[in-house]
Amino acid sequence: MPSADLAPPVGKVHRLLGHPGNLTEHLDAHGPLNVAVSRNSTWQQGLVTSLEASGLTGRGGGSFPTSIKLELALAAGSRGTIVVNAMEGEPASEKDKLLLCRVPHLVLDGAQYLAALCRADRIVVCIPIGHDAVATAVRHAVAERSDHRHAPLAEEIVRPPDRFIAGEESALVNWIDTGRSLPVFRPDKGTPLRIGRRPALVHNTETLAHLALIARDGPGPFRNRGMTGEPGTSLITVSGDVAHPGVVEVDRGTPLWDIAKLSHPVEPVQALLVGGYGGAWVGPEHFATPYATSPLRRIGAAAGVGVIVVLGASSCGLTESARIARYLADQSARQCGPCMYGLPAVADDLAQLARGQGDGDSMARLHRRLGQMMGRGACRHPDGAVGLVRSALAVFATDIAGHSQGRTCPFWRSPTSLRFPRAVEV
Amino acid sequence: MNELRIAIDPVACKAYGYCAELLPEAISLDEWGYPIIDGHPVPAELLTLAKRAARDCPMRAITVRRKSGR
Repeated sequence: MPSADLAPPVGKVHRLLGHPGNLTEHLDAHGPLNVAVSRNSTWQQGLVTSLEASGLTGRGGGSFPTSIKLELALAAGSRGTIVVNAMEGEPASEKDKLLLCRVPHLVLDGAQYLAALCRADRIVVCIPIGHDAVATAVRHAVAERSDHRHAPLAEEIVRPPDRFIAGEESALVNWIDTGRSLPVFRPDKGTPLRIGRRPALVHNTETLAHLALIARDGPGPFRNRGMTGEPGTSLITVSGDVAHPGVVEVDRGTPLWDIAKLSHPVEPVQALLVGGYGGAWVGPEHFATPYATSPLRRIGAAAGVGVIVVLGASSCGLTESARIARYLADQSARQCGPCMYGLPAVADDLAQLARGQGDGDSMARLHRRLGQMMGRGACRHPDGAVGLVRSALAVFATDIAGHSQGRTCPFWRSPTSLRFPRAVEV
Repeated sequence: MNELRIAIDPVACKAYGYCAELLPEAISLDEWGYPIIDGHPVPAELLTLAKRAARDCPMRAITVRRKSGR
């Protein structure tokens, strides 16, 4: 697995990753952690106002406004837990690992600010089993902070299982609470998650790093980046058929193609996978789309987790999509029928199309299944898979015609351009 | 609004299918026997049946509730 050999960030924007180093270097670059006055409600109100004015949204996939999430957390009560979500189950994403390896103090400071704000009394950093380089970096940072009495609240490191679904926020809190790494059905997603009777507030590592900067510098520098409607920067992991895969920091609203170019595609590009394996394929006609919530929504995609996978001309988009569908089916928590049975069925349908064994019936069946699955799981895992497959059927529509009556394109047996934790058969 | 809707807890549901038998107007089954709710508010004339479906579900996976959440 990755981590130790993470490439340094590519590109010219370095708000988050610009000042790697130990605690002393971190403090030289960013100044002290000024939460000493945290019991002071003027300080609290000031930070709430700053966060609201910043327009920060969650960087873990949901793009949900951080200030609204904070309001819900404040209403849920004090003495809760701040959960730092570094699970990064998305195989194509590296940014959380990179952040914690290079600037762990920035992420941990974000958790401290949030804890002071919500009067939480516990901070838990979740790093999956196997991500040992990340855990080592964070353990080292935590020790430094404790030695220098930098952090008002101790930071605990815990090691949940390394599965795609383990980082889903209800599954993560469930694991901390009961040891079961399974999503929980919540009819009302606004209901706060709880560990025992105390509230749990889950935030992605990148969101916390942004928060730490906004808490120190105010909303101005954050708002000066990105788009008016969607300010700030984002970390995006670019991979696939590129010469320099890695993490880039870009302004929100940077055109997709400009982001992909930073990693130097090695051949003509037929499609980009945006937002991760539960995201969507985007064809060349939409490569100029800004990487931001509403423009992506307009073309049927989503910002999702910060991932762009470049698919070159000598890859088979159908086969790659079938691999993703199979992977997502294998990663189901197998709690909900529509996901447990629907995802493998959809993966089979798509694999059949990719092998050139599909017919009119299999296409109709696939569309029917996709139409029935949306919104019927406890979490959004099946929804992400449905979105991905639907986008594949649209973007690779002409390939589908070429994959029939036993014929396929020349590339369907090519090795995958995608990253998977282990080989995926289709 | 104050409209009542049928909600299924997908983790609890084990595809007994009684709900779709009782209430075919609002609930159909997918090819594996799991319920698909039509998503509309429950009309007044079906309310008794909907509540019975909730009561009779062996897994207690059905609730009839006011719509909330995001």
